[in-house]
Amino acid sequence: MIGILGKKLGMTQIFTEDGKMVPVTVVEAGPCCVVQVKTLERDGYEATKIGFAEIKKLKNVSKPMSGSFKKAGVKPYRVLREFPMGDLKVGDIVTVERFSKGDSISVAGTSKGKGFQGVMKRHNYAGGPGSHGSMFNRAPGSIGASSFPSRVWKNKGMPGHMGSEIVTVANLKIVDVKPEQNILMIKGAVPGSVGTYIEIRKEG
Amino acid sequence: MNLINAVEQGYMKEMSAFNVGDTVKVSVKVVEGDKERLQPFEGVVIARRGSGTRETFMVRKISFGVGVERIFPLYSPSIEKIEVIKHGSVRRAKLYYLRGKKGKATKIKERGRELIK
Repeated sequence: MIGILGKKLGMTQIFTEDGKMVPVTVVEAGPCCVVQVKTLERDGYEATKIGFAEIKKLKNVSKPMSGSFKKAGVKPYRVLREFPMGDLKVGDIVTVERFSKGDSISVAGTSKGKGFQGVMKRHNYAGGPGSHGSMFNRAPGSIGASSFPSRVWKNKGMPGHMGSEIVTVANLKIVDVKPEQNILMIKGAVPGSVGTYIEIRKEG
Repeated sequence: MNLINAVEQGYMKEMSAFNVGDTVKVSVKVVEGDKERLQPFEGVVIARRGSGTRETFMVRKISFGVGVERIFPLYSPSIEKIEVIKHGSVRRAKLYYLRGKKGKATKIKERGRELIK
């Protein structure tokens, strides 16, 4: 697996060579520094921890974290994630050059927060008629039967907080890679608002 | 946003400068079977909108007495070239008022040659 961390910069449209317009998300990905390599003997599993978005002011780094950065001999980073990448050692730099045009990737990030939402938006319930004296407009309706089961089933869709959760979108295609600007251009949308930190994974 | 603009620069090509009110001839690539030919579309630019690679322009012409409007993406590879035939002098950014007018009322004053630059 190849993994990298990035920041969503926004969306635009570009034309491909055959004249088709494609929607793209522009992502500033890397350079990410390897902060720690976890091994089977020491940690029980193998992983490579990489950091992204350097913290410029040292006073903004917590004391325990600054200790671990100092021990590794790397700069402090705001975002740290682990990926099972075997071929790296501490201090190595992961750049977008590991990805190429046409690669199939999955992108994970925190989705936009929607606040407290009703069942129609949150669970795609149908709702009721809008007019003709109907007083059942956007309500959830019955939430279960009476004597059996005499309780509400688990996972019953109800109103509540929506969004601001980690969402992974699979099978996204890379349209272009610009190594000199550390930019990946991904076809379609990725989770989150502009400025969200995202994880990009490529299998194999 | 600046990085996005910088990225978009790489996908934009040189385009002849034209404004709203100009009469232009757009050569559009049309694929018929396995052959490609150029189809001209000549008319007045009545609107430009968007920025960067997403910019589009709208051309209006009267074809056999029927008003026809076409929206082109400015940087579309299917546009071979845009020729400016007349520079028009207009005081609006969007010439949608032309839709309600006929004949002489749709005439746009031509811009003086010294102004064209």
